[in-house]
Amino acid sequence: MIKYFGKRFFYMFLSLLVIITATFFLMRLAPGNPFTSEKQLPPEIEANLNAHYGLDQPWYVQYFDYLKRIATWDFGPSFKYKGQTVNDIISEGFPVSLALGIEAIFIALALGVLLGVLAALYHNKWQDYSSMIFAVVGISVPSFIMAALLQYIFAIKLQVLPVARWDSFAHTILPALALATTPLAFIARLTRSSMLEVLSNDYIKTAKAKGLSRGVITVKHAVRNAMMPVVSYLGPLSAGIITGSFVIEKIFGIPGLGSHFVTSIQNRDYTVIMGVTVFYSILLLLSIFIVDIIYGLIDPRIKLRAHKKGA
Amino acid sequence: MKKRKYALFLALLLALSTFLAACGGGNGGGGDKAGGNGKEDNKKELKVNIKTEPFSMHPGLANDSTSGSVLRNTFEGLTRINKDDKPENAAAEKVDVSEDGKVYTFTIRDHKWSNGDPVTAQDFEYAWKWALDPKNQSQYAYQLYYLKNGQAANEGKAKIEDVGVKAKDEKTLEVTLENPTPYFLELTAFYTYLPVNSKVAQKNPNWYKNAGEDYVSNGPYVMDQWEHSDKIVLKKNDQYWDKDTVKLDKIDMLMINDVNTELSMFKKGELDWAGSPFSALPTDAMESLKADKTLNIKPIAGVYWYKFNTEAEPLNNVNIRKALAYVIDRKSIVEKISKGGQIPAMAAVPPSMFEENEKGYFKDHDVKTAKEYLEKGLKELGLKDASELPEITISYNTDEAHQKIAQAIQDTWKKELGVKTKLGNEEWAVYIEKLHSGDYMVGRMGWLGDFNDPINFLELFREKKGGNNDTNWENPEFKKLLVDSQKEMDPAKRSQMLKDAEKIFVDEMPVAPIYFYTNSWVQRDNLKDVVMSGLGDVQLKWAHFE
Repeated sequence: MIKYFGKRFFYMFLSLLVIITATFFLMRLAPGNPFTSEKQLPPEIEANLNAHYGLDQPWYVQYFDYLKRIATWDFGPSFKYKGQTVNDIISEGFPVSLALGIEAIFIALALGVLLGVLAALYHNKWQDYSSMIFAVVGISVPSFIMAALLQYIFAIKLQVLPVARWDSFAHTILPALALATTPLAFIARLTRSSMLEVLSNDYIKTAKAKGLSRGVITVKHAVRNAMMPVVSYLGPLSAGIITGSFVIEKIFGIPGLGSHFVTSIQNRDYTVIMGVTVFYSILLLLSIFIVDIIYGLIDPRIKLRAHKKGA
Repeated sequence: MKKRKYALFLALLLALSTFLAACGGGNGGGGDKAGGNGKEDNKKELKVNIKTEPFSMHPGLANDSTSGSVLRNTFEGLTRINKDDKPENAAAEKVDVSEDGKVYTFTIRDHKWSNGDPVTAQDFEYAWKWALDPKNQSQYAYQLYYLKNGQAANEGKAKIEDVGVKAKDEKTLEVTLENPTPYFLELTAFYTYLPVNSKVAQKNPNWYKNAGEDYVSNGPYVMDQWEHSDKIVLKKNDQYWDKDTVKLDKIDMLMINDVNTELSMFKKGELDWAGSPFSALPTDAMESLKADKTLNIKPIAGVYWYKFNTEAEPLNNVNIRKALAYVIDRKSIVEKISKGGQIPAMAAVPPSMFEENEKGYFKDHDVKTAKEYLEKGLKELGLKDASELPEITISYNTDEAHQKIAQAIQDTWKKELGVKTKLGNEEWAVYIEKLHSGDYMVGRMGWLGDFNDPINFLELFREKKGGNNDTNWENPEFKKLLVDSQKEMDPAKRSQMLKDAEKIFVDEMPVAPIYFYTNSWVQRDNLKDVVMSGLGDVQLKWAHFE
């Protein structure tokens, strides 16, 4: 077990290094720099700025300096927001994105599994068709359209919820719903297909033959086993969702981390680009790792051993 | 059995819908009330959207319009642009100018910082020298290059002590300029020239990074709260020298980076203002806002133009450039694409500075003259037909409106002149880099004035390289007129010199002006005295609800 963990952590570290290196060089290859603007800076001021931020150093010096700083969890100052460090930006934005993400995952998981199970239990009946129509719509409608639609219906027409911003619980409902739609639909489809497969297994027939009630069979025997693909989807999904969605955060004016992924690249805010990428990668790698552990818990047949990796 | 289940489902659905409807009714009333609040007589809170987090709340570091929108209301410079768009004394009580126009002596008004400290001449000296000190990395330090030795000190070629700003005593500030600068009192209203409480700043170098006890200012409002990337809350400054004029108690400046959401919030009563200059209105909404007569439009000092790379074939030929510029159908571009009441531009300096530029130097969409210039140009190049010209690439940064304008111009050039063109778009930073390095043929650019003087729109073409010229164009006569205008003390003569320079510029056509910018916005009807300057920026000092 310890050997397995050790190996996993080593691979995680390696992936992280590759991600950091690739991001670092891709970022520097992009034309422009953090001080690019339509009003060009006098060359002396720009040179002075470059010297201050160490951008005048050769690339390998900058690269190794950066690695050193990441090792101490110091992502440096932002170029675009003077006086704020990338650590500040992450620690202010992440809790917001996390809260929104958890709410969305909760909605997606609860409703998605419910719809999927219903669809499988009533296979080829109206319940099945209506949940799957819902799922197809949910997957095909992009989240920004869903967001605008929700805003229009609930905030403008019905006037029950606020249009945007991040304040009270009421403010969180629409963005969480908009964020949840696609994963919800996806989970519903995953659950349905894996439920159908599980339900045709011999042990379900055995359970039925034993005279167990339908409810017990569904919950104890079928759903538990049908959850496997959902759990593996949940890992990367939660990493993606809790670090925030650019589109949803922009439309609802939410001060989360998601908007920084895109705006930092537009601004060539080097330190923020690196900071959020590294942060996101760590979360992603960790969540995949956790999912692998959960596998073992749900399905005892999967053993966590070094020679037989869970994933 | 089956039927019963169906009935249950229906009952559930019914229950849910009643619940939703009930919610709708109840809270809907609340929403209306929020909107109606605006109509109450004593509303003292203003809610606006500034779209994004500002770069910095330090006057010496700020370099963007968002920071400017806040600083203009929290700080008081030596002068402030008043309701008539003229600089008036603010933190300065009296200004004396020496005969040669190079030495300004300001007497500081008796007034206090928000923490009760008196505002002194030293605070101005400290702030300006701080911004010019290269170790503080101010990107806008060049706004202070008008001061004697300002540029040299910023480039490390002179000592900071030698910069031409000196506090003679607590209340007297003596400013020495490099050249007589006729618009210097416009500049002292600009945010890079705002004072900083030197006592606080020396004690706590991080004073400007967050709202709090150490964030002190001397303007109509003080910053009460700053939630990064979320909102800034200003409240009335009790220590402000002119506090009786200030009617609002509180200003919420939200940061919602989506123009559609902003407009929805305005319509629902969650904002009192939507659109320029804090943010923008969605182009799609312009028509309906115009139709219900809620849209406000005001021309501002800014121009949207197409720069020609005057070293690229065939744009090195002035007649080809003129043909291309004359033929553009600006009227249909502003009416059908930009839709914000923009003014077709046939000149470089906006009409708010040169009134007669509303008409401009040539006729819009002048196909006949354009064809004549084309003929002439082709002859000079030894070509018979426009189709023999090298293909011209029109570049723009990725954006729907820029794209539509480029397509319209491409269409006109092809249809009226038979010139072959292709379009190329890039992401903003990539685009800017290309333009600044001269790697383009024709490219769009917007230019906004920093202060209310025509020099803003001409100066960038003074030198061929460096600065923001991008066109590789230069003209010794043009340059001489600009340099001489800096020394001319008579406003009428100076204005004429700048007009002569503009005439040369339009005659040589290194850029094709397209339109002059406007601010377009919607606001609460009972919101009064929000003062918008000719530059398009807004002051909330006098704002109030009726």
